[in-house]
Amino acid sequence: MQTVTTQGAEPLLSITGMKKHFDLSPPLLNRLIERKPVQHLRAVDGLDIAVPKGKTFSLVGESGCGKSTVAKLVVGLYGPTEGKVIFDGADLTDLEASQRADYRRRIQMIFQDPYASLNPRWRVRDIIAEPLRSFGLVSSRQEERDEVGRLLELVGLNPRDGEKFPHEFSGGQRQRISIARAISSRPDFLVCDEPTSALDVSVQAQILNLMRDLQEELGLTYLFISHDLAVVDFMSDYVGVMYLGRLVEVGPAKEVFHNPTHPYTRLLMDTIPDMEMTRRDRTPVAGEVPNPINPPPGCTFHPRCPLANARCKAEAPRLRQMPGDARVSCHAAEEGRNPPLARKPTGPENAPVMQLRASAGGA
Amino acid sequence: MHPMTQTPDPLLQVRDLSIAFDTRHGPLRAVDNITFDLAPGEILGMVGESGAGKSLTGTAITGLLERPGHISGGEIHFEGRRIDTLSKDAMRPLRGRKIGAIFQDPLTSLNPLLTVGKQLVETIQTHMDLTKEAARARAIDLLAEVGIPAPEQRVDHYPHQFSGGMRQRVVIALALCADPKLVIADEPTTALDVSIQAQILALLKKMCREHGAAVILVTHDMGVIAETADRVAVMYSGRLVEIGPVEQVVKHPRHPYTRGLMGSIPVVGGGLRRLTQIDGAMPRLTDLPSGCAFHPRCPKATEACTQVKPTAVKVDDGQVACLLYEGAQ
Repeated sequence: MQTVTTQGAEPLLSITGMKKHFDLSPPLLNRLIERKPVQHLRAVDGLDIAVPKGKTFSLVGESGCGKSTVAKLVVGLYGPTEGKVIFDGADLTDLEASQRADYRRRIQMIFQDPYASLNPRWRVRDIIAEPLRSFGLVSSRQEERDEVGRLLELVGLNPRDGEKFPHEFSGGQRQRISIARAISSRPDFLVCDEPTSALDVSVQAQILNLMRDLQEELGLTYLFISHDLAVVDFMSDYVGVMYLGRLVEVGPAKEVFHNPTHPYTRLLMDTIPDMEMTRRDRTPVAGEVPNPINPPPGCTFHPRCPLANARCKAEAPRLRQMPGDARVSCHAAEEGRNPPLARKPTGPENAPVMQLRASAGGA
Repeated sequence: MHPMTQTPDPLLQVRDLSIAFDTRHGPLRAVDNITFDLAPGEILGMVGESGAGKSLTGTAITGLLERPGHISGGEIHFEGRRIDTLSKDAMRPLRGRKIGAIFQDPLTSLNPLLTVGKQLVETIQTHMDLTKEAARARAIDLLAEVGIPAPEQRVDHYPHQFSGGMRQRVVIALALCADPKLVIADEPTTALDVSIQAQILALLKKMCREHGAAVILVTHDMGVIAETADRVAVMYSGRLVEIGPVEQVVKHPRHPYTRGLMGSIPVVGGGLRRLTQIDGAMPRLTDLPSGCAFHPRCPKATEACTQVKPTAVKVDDGQVACLLYEGAQ
């Protein structure tokens, strides 16, 4: 599978043809008696991404677009319906359990809610030391204590904090503990699922800076998942925009943010509140994400898209290379029906503005 | 059209308001001596981190503070009448009729067992002298006004049959059904997706403008404030550190905390290597630092900051509570 993000460097992780369908069918008897149909939720429906070593690849999208499902597929919390997760040359979906342990050590995860992801009955030193013990990375108690102290210092906490319990820490400090736990097994790859969404902005800045510092220091590769475009722009080298289980636009972050091509990417860019234009009266985009159980036919975005025509309603578009470095899945962009970007008159970010047609029952 | 701090006839006046929680170890001051005015039809954004006291301030104005929290000092005047001393029974007709509220989670502010129409009709009939039929007609009009398609059918649906964004529209209709003069919106878009958030903010702005309601918009999101509010109040550790017109606070923040807060927000296309960060965290109420509550994290703190509690001084069109500006007048 050829992807733009592989330029030169071999990807550390790549996902090819990934599908994850959840069976939501009613029980067999109901199906027989009430003639209810078999139902599948296509949470991820054919996804190809490649994350080069030492870089950050971000997935953005609204709730229900499947981005967290991708995170769980990568770390192995879900098995895919179809497709492969290739990490450092090995297909993780096709490994014997005994072979999987080392890959599990090398791929770790940071979760969204630092209140739910730390065991309240464990001391912080035990929380951080658990991966060290289970992967056999330390041989003595003393070595374990030193390593936990080093990790705590690395994430900006005091080694003595190891004696405390999670409830003694604020949200930001807890997220630091989660990060210390995630890097304790010396992974190469971190999956970060909305790591700062539960935090206040000033604390979010601390955590994002810490994550970037650690990436540089330890040579980590991140799969970063967020709905916040500004955070994604700050963190990422590559961005994939998801809508209803599929990528609609993917490419280098600079390209996607400065020259968004897909109407949905433009929509998302336009929803970012602009600090420069105070008290702006904007025309919000109408419509909502459709029910993923019954996605619209053709391009799933067509009911909300201002550029939709008959072809969009009938035929699902595929990702295609655009003149820039990005790949976009849109008939309008392919046919050149896409209007050029209207730029805001001021502001350094030059975020695009696009008037979208009011449709699908909005204000 | 932006009303200044001193308007001839403010709709709401909050004077030296303090809110305390009684605990075994003595009272904890969650809100400390805050003072501000709100003009009719004005949108005041209230920002701060979790625990800064912004929601409590809103709750105190609606008279919904629950024990052990209580108003420990100061006054709240609404339309020239003091309301913080009113009894529960005297407050009830005011709430809903004159002061509406919108909360963060639309699922918990709607009754899941009643159709939205029933809830709207009940609220309308409580506050207005209308027959059931007239109230229902008004409910349908309101649903249409907040952009719910096919309101004649939707009025008989239950909350779970609406999506998150649509539910928040229903809540806005509910808050505005008696044409209140003031709406307290506490994180109204935090639970919603970004594209829906923009819709709801635009709707809130439009509805309040058309119904002539003033809004106190409580949020932690500076972007939401920048787009929606006329004036901004920044809270830190229970104190009002800065208040002023939105352009001034967002583009030229004066208080070191506001500056840090603005710098820590990532912007698209910012191309930054690092975000400005305010080190440390907001102090706990149990051990508030002496003097200015922000001094342990402040890059400009001096010896005096550890001793003296700053008072608000006028800077341009706003007010800042920081020793840097005291005496600079």
